[in-house]
Amino acid sequence: MTRFRFPLLLLVTLAALVPAACGGPAGGGKRLTLVAYSTPKEAYAEIIPGFQRTQAGKGSTFSQSYGASGDQARAVQAGLPADVVALSLAPDVSKLVDKGLVAPTWDRDAHRGMVARSVVVFLVRKGNPKNIRTWDDLVKPGVEVLEPNPFTSGGAKWNVMAAYGAQLEQGRTEAQATDYLKRLFENIAVQDKSAREALQTFSSGKGDVLIAYENEAITSQQKGEEVEYVVPDQTILIENPVAVAKKSKNPVQAKAFVDYLRTPAAQRVFVEKGYRPVVESLQDPRRFPDPPGLFTIQRFGGWPAVSRKFFDPKDSIVANIERGLGVSTG
Amino acid sequence: MSPPADAAAVLPGPGRGRRRGAGRAPPVAAGALGVAYLSLIVLLPLAAVVARSMEGGLGAFWEAVSGSQAVAAMELTVLISLAVVVVNAVAGTLLAWVLVRDEFRGKHVVNALIDLPFALPTIVAGLTLLALYGPRSPAGINIAFTQMGVLLALLFVTLPFVVRSVQPVLLELDTEMEEAAASLGAGRLTTFRRVILPNLLPAIGSGCALAFARALGEFGSVVLISGNIPFKTEVAAVFVFGQIESDNIGTAAAVSVVLLGVSLVLLLAIGALGSRRSRDAG
Amino acid sequence: MPARPSRVGLRVAALGYLAALLVVPVGLVFYRTFEHGIATAWEAVTTPEAMHAFWMTVFMVAVAVPANTVFGVACALYLVRTRLPGRAITGAAVNLPFAVSPVVVGLALILVYGQEGWLGSWLTEHGVQVIFSWPGMVIATIFVSLPFVVREVVPVLREIGIEQEEASRTLGASPWQTFWRVTLPSIRWGVAYGVILTTARALGEFGAVSVVSGKLAGQTQTLTLHVEERFQAFDLPGAYAASVVLAALALLVILSLTLLQRTRET
Repeated sequence: MTRFRFPLLLLVTLAALVPAACGGPAGGGKRLTLVAYSTPKEAYAEIIPGFQRTQAGKGSTFSQSYGASGDQARAVQAGLPADVVALSLAPDVSKLVDKGLVAPTWDRDAHRGMVARSVVVFLVRKGNPKNIRTWDDLVKPGVEVLEPNPFTSGGAKWNVMAAYGAQLEQGRTEAQATDYLKRLFENIAVQDKSAREALQTFSSGKGDVLIAYENEAITSQQKGEEVEYVVPDQTILIENPVAVAKKSKNPVQAKAFVDYLRTPAAQRVFVEKGYRPVVESLQDPRRFPDPPGLFTIQRFGGWPAVSRKFFDPKDSIVANIERGLGVSTG
Repeated sequence: MSPPADAAAVLPGPGRGRRRGAGRAPPVAAGALGVAYLSLIVLLPLAAVVARSMEGGLGAFWEAVSGSQAVAAMELTVLISLAVVVVNAVAGTLLAWVLVRDEFRGKHVVNALIDLPFALPTIVAGLTLLALYGPRSPAGINIAFTQMGVLLALLFVTLPFVVRSVQPVLLELDTEMEEAAASLGAGRLTTFRRVILPNLLPAIGSGCALAFARALGEFGSVVLISGNIPFKTEVAAVFVFGQIESDNIGTAAAVSVVLLGVSLVLLLAIGALGSRRSRDAG
Repeated sequence: MPARPSRVGLRVAALGYLAALLVVPVGLVFYRTFEHGIATAWEAVTTPEAMHAFWMTVFMVAVAVPANTVFGVACALYLVRTRLPGRAITGAAVNLPFAVSPVVVGLALILVYGQEGWLGSWLTEHGVQVIFSWPGMVIATIFVSLPFVVREVVPVLREIGIEQEEASRTLGASPWQTFWRVTLPSIRWGVAYGVILTTARALGEFGAVSVVSGKLAGQTQTLTLHVEERFQAFDLPGAYAASVVLAALALLVILSLTLLQRTRET
């Protein structure tokens, strides 16, 4: 049955060749792997070619992975190869610092390690049929809220802190704010794994309001979805970090990429996609007005304190609320 | 063609034409390679799952599988899989009947199509169902994010099992008894119920068991259409996936062991059923 | 003879079920893909990511199928033609992949080959990355498509008996020659079926590779993962186009099966 031998050999040879082909241009190219949270794909799709046109970025090729921020951080810890990590919030990067995967000096630059900003908004159906404008509207009976799971999604953590902080901004006590969170979670119809998946669920017709990043709202409008968004009077300023991974095989180019992200060219792409820039010169209060009750995570003592008090999977404000609803907290 | 139906066929037993001293022993090296292959790829990893699930002792195992989200996922999976089995028992037998006893143009094409769910990737199956029965459905039907969606996806992927199990039995069925019953004045339904069906039951049974085992562990086809809503449409495999991503490996392993256990029992039952059948058939 | 109306009734019911569940959904996806012209569809499926995903899938198949075929034939010979110990366990073990959910396959591989896995820590020390890279995906694909060749060849081996093989040996042929010239040709239908089924399963694998791949687009994405990723990126045309490629391959598979059956029957 020598007829079998040849095709088999051919297949095996093919098999041996393909990974070589996949390895990028033989020897010359520098491959950079970007591991990011779930939403900035559209922005990076344009930024990466821009970087590849620069001197520093010439000859580089990119692999990109997008997913829920928490899950991506865990994946990198578990060995997912990464050169640059762009996550939703600083604590996810800190987790990597703790495991020695990111240098502790990652946030010691002019922008404190941040690459883009946004705020938490309400994404609603076109025409806003349920007239959702304030945080109180979200806990009204019969309102279906969509919000990802805070234990997997970084965006969800921002949302929760925006909700909590909004209560404090309106003069309520911490106890009342915690109670508000409980009522909010009771109105949540689905807790998707990531911000992007929550947007997908909303686009499929489920839910009355999605608590989302402002840039996700803008992206979905740009994609032609029949939605509009409301910036509530009280909301939190979101800052998304980026860092070079210590185990990077191309650290020089990884750093060049991270630097590029802060140049006006890259920041302009971010703005186009609905992000608020970190570069002062591009900030435009007309396009991105600051709501009267805007606050930052510093209001609660910064992320380390917040993570412990609100998001510790074993025992924290949000973990206890989730457990009360029977949802897994990891 | 009936790929997974003959589980019994793989277990050694008296084969036709076999004599004593049959084999020349294969080289030991090949044997060792084969064992290494099987172990490294199948046995070791599965053992690792069982070991990991027991890492914290039985207490931790119990805690993991009795968490409310885990229980909800497993309950949902079992209930929907049972519903799938019931539908398949009827639809599968019907399809097999029409394919064997009926004649119409294009029957060969229809027969070949039955194997499509075997060949089509599960994620594509889910996408096709979502196209017709989801939010952008041209027919206006939207069952995404509902249990109906999960049911539909599972029906799709388990379609071939009962059909392919029953077809060969129907083909070999002697029509003498049916003709005798008819000549004695039995109506067609009665003939079916009392003459044909009893002969088909073992085949329907094993097809159903295979379908159930497949439905239990199904992931790809459900993932898009169900919305994976915990407590409502999250099936066991999706729950395990979520736990892996959240680094709750212990819980993932524990629920996996439960799923594995049930499937194994089913496979053994099918095997036993099959070997009894072949023994009876002689 | 059964009365006409009820026979037609049954036929309509059966075909209607098949249409509603299978034919119309798949047909709709084909329609949606080519709705805006072949050029659009072609564009959607020839993006660099899609092409890479396609070759990744081809690679998976190119490794898994020969590996499982060689193993399958050898294992079948061992199970049927020898009286060595361990056949019952091996026979059962070969069927195990049918009992395992794809997600559990992924978990199992992580536990052995992941960074903290039984073999993974040793592998990582030596710079070998299995999980989150293509070797892990290859192993996953091999796992899920393992049983088919064995299961197809075993009954064939049983049926054909050993007379011819014994005759060949009596005539002075070595075991190897007997295998190549006598055994292998006589089991070729079983092997062919097995290869086709293995190929189909390997092509369509999703759950297990989903868990072990890290979903690095352009690196560790198969065509099935690409479909999911396109869907999640709101790129329905891209998702549909890739699905059509996979569906076309699936149709090719069942076509080969039917042709094989027909040829065998004649």
